[in-house]
Amino acid sequence: MESALTTAEPTHLAHQFDSLEQQQQTATLGMWFFLAQEILFFGGLFMTYLLYRWRDPQAFQAGSYTLDIRFGMTNTLVLIASSFTMAMAVRSAQTDRIKALVRYLVATGFFGVTFLCIKYVEYSDKWHHHHVPGPLFHFAGPMGQRAEVFFSMYFAMTGMHALHMIIGLGLLIWLLSGALRGRYSARYYNPIECFGLYWHFVDIIWIFLFPLFYLIGRHYHGVA
Amino acid sequence: MNPHESAAGTNYLNAELGLRSWLLTKDHKRIAILYLLSVSFFFLVGGLFAMMIRLELLTPAGDLMEHDTYNHVFSAHGIIMVFFFLIPAIPAILGNFLIPIMIGAKDLAFPKLNLLSWYLYMFAGTMALTALLMGGVDTGWTFYPPYSSNFSHSNVVLVGIAVFINGFSGILTGLNFLVTIHRMRAPGMTWFRLPLFVWSQYATSLIFVLGTPVIAITLLLLVGERLFHIGVFDPSLGGDPVLFQHLFWFYSHPAVYIMILPSMAVISELIACFSRKRIFGYNMVAFSSIAIAVLGFLVWGHHMFVSSQSVYAGTVFSLLTMLVAIPSAIKVFNWSFTLYQGSVSLETPMLYALGFIGLFTIGGLTGVFLGTLGFDVHVTDTYFVVAHFHYVMVGGTLMGYLGGLHFWWPKMTGRKYPEFWGKLSALLVFVGFNLTFFPQFILGYLGMPRRYHVYPPEWQVLNVMSSAGASVLAVGFILPACYFLWSLKYGEIAGRNPWRAKGLEWEVPSPPPTFNFEVPPVVTEEAYNYAGGLEPRPTGLASAKTH
Repeated sequence: MESALTTAEPTHLAHQFDSLEQQQQTATLGMWFFLAQEILFFGGLFMTYLLYRWRDPQAFQAGSYTLDIRFGMTNTLVLIASSFTMAMAVRSAQTDRIKALVRYLVATGFFGVTFLCIKYVEYSDKWHHHHVPGPLFHFAGPMGQRAEVFFSMYFAMTGMHALHMIIGLGLLIWLLSGALRGRYSARYYNPIECFGLYWHFVDIIWIFLFPLFYLIGRHYHGVA
Repeated sequence: MNPHESAAGTNYLNAELGLRSWLLTKDHKRIAILYLLSVSFFFLVGGLFAMMIRLELLTPAGDLMEHDTYNHVFSAHGIIMVFFFLIPAIPAILGNFLIPIMIGAKDLAFPKLNLLSWYLYMFAGTMALTALLMGGVDTGWTFYPPYSSNFSHSNVVLVGIAVFINGFSGILTGLNFLVTIHRMRAPGMTWFRLPLFVWSQYATSLIFVLGTPVIAITLLLLVGERLFHIGVFDPSLGGDPVLFQHLFWFYSHPAVYIMILPSMAVISELIACFSRKRIFGYNMVAFSSIAIAVLGFLVWGHHMFVSSQSVYAGTVFSLLTMLVAIPSAIKVFNWSFTLYQGSVSLETPMLYALGFIGLFTIGGLTGVFLGTLGFDVHVTDTYFVVAHFHYVMVGGTLMGYLGGLHFWWPKMTGRKYPEFWGKLSALLVFVGFNLTFFPQFILGYLGMPRRYHVYPPEWQVLNVMSSAGASVLAVGFILPACYFLWSLKYGEIAGRNPWRAKGLEWEVPSPPPTFNFEVPPVVTEEAYNYAGGLEPRPTGLASAKTH
């Protein structure tokens, strides 16, 4: 253990660990446990969605039809692209290409911001159409107020997802400033790797949200 | 600082001085002390509300407070005691202090995160207290809609957010423990050489990490409903109030095991030490902790037998609830078998441990009654339920907590507490507890509903007994606070191993140095190797570098 201490870079090794390797494994495991926690956190929302969809599928179909699938599809592609650049960022750090790391982190951030901008356009559209739950809610057509619960779930789930994106972008800025100051290298890139896990997780949540809100039941619209 | 006996003369208490060194500490032992102070404070607050409840129920008429005030008082008692005392007490104080030392590590895996957990806890606690001062909530600790929906005019939002934030304090603590136990064990400390304390804390941490996020999102939706009219639980907005109960109990039933498992963790250590024997059936006790954690996630429906759940669902939940009795009974039987032919001595911690076994058995068996669908319908929302969960929460968790605190007090402070007063307070707690809560079983069976501030005169005798018991219990809690404080200055110097116990924590000085071990330990033997040939070391100054 003493020898491990001397070979490790002292600046990055926290006092409670014996070696940099132990530190990396520990942090990564911590991130996985955190993601398990996140799955259960979103799990409550997915459970609620399932229950209400099962209870009133027609209202959900009617609500779903007011969402613009072009925005949803674009955002899905944007997030997949950001996941790709994030994976490349981790790869760049592993192979010690720090300039590429910075570029890929910037690209990831760019896609993240693009996603949120598109989401903003969608939200403001809903606002103008009085589709935001609350006293002003109004939904034309036979479904009427029954569709409100669809929009409740829509805003709760995409809102929680967007909040995770915003937190992720904050972390990204912190990593980027570290990368610019030469903090990361092939020897020490654990924060990049852990952030990558988080970022992919947030993307995966969207991969489930997209079909649940935009796709399922669209073709029934004529019937409903 | 007191002149503590310690190998190098410095220890975690006097390594750095000043308030700043405490508030910015990353040392798991100091954070444990921070928790000890703050959790004790919340226990006091929750206890005051309990005394108000018992005072009101002294007479059949509602003469001390209005029904609305009474609603606020029992809600405050429940919220403070459950979220700010019972859940953090043993993991955040004893777990924080002991897990790294027991597994031979210098600290937890994420010391900064550990400090953040404490700040989240304090922030949430301050918020909850602020809400109480602003008028509190009248929902009960369970926040059921419609009590908590837009019909309610109390501070649901503030308390909901406080419990939400406090949940993340627990999640981070649990995550920290899990990772620490996986990755930070000393050479030779295999999974089956871990003290059972660590196994049980591991099971607890699993529930923290997998259960708490569900109540977090549930309370967030509740807050969203009140602030933004997101209709999830309010029927007038298209929601379903029963869904809240499902989501709430999906966390809150496992949370009951967050409260009891750490106490079982303590009891395993106490029974082994004061019987001077290895715990009978170590593996079974270890796995039973995990089994309780896993089964705990499958039984939430037994809180909802009368909440429009189908009879079939009720039957299945009833059956699954019975299954929890198996690992619980394994523990009780194995502790009892450990006593058999052990060299039992009755110091204060052991009194608490034996008290725990008896009271937890009553609490657990009445849990089986309540898990029985037919019987539960009869006693739903009566004092039978109140008595049952106080037998588990107070008779179980609190007894374990106090036993553990007495057991490890010499390790934490370097001083012994006065044994006579310790035994006396253990006795008072046991007698006071039974006097308080046993009559409530009878009251509940006779049909007295919970959460009412008036009752028919024929139940007064039993209620007076209960209130009298609560006073005895209060004395039993105030006494330790007094002699623990006294012992800080006047207590006998404890030495490394005052109990002649096994385990890495007893091989380091009392109080331990900041990084716990003078020499990184290497573990060569099983836990509780009391029969391992070596005579237990004498109390005190003997050098203890067996590794």
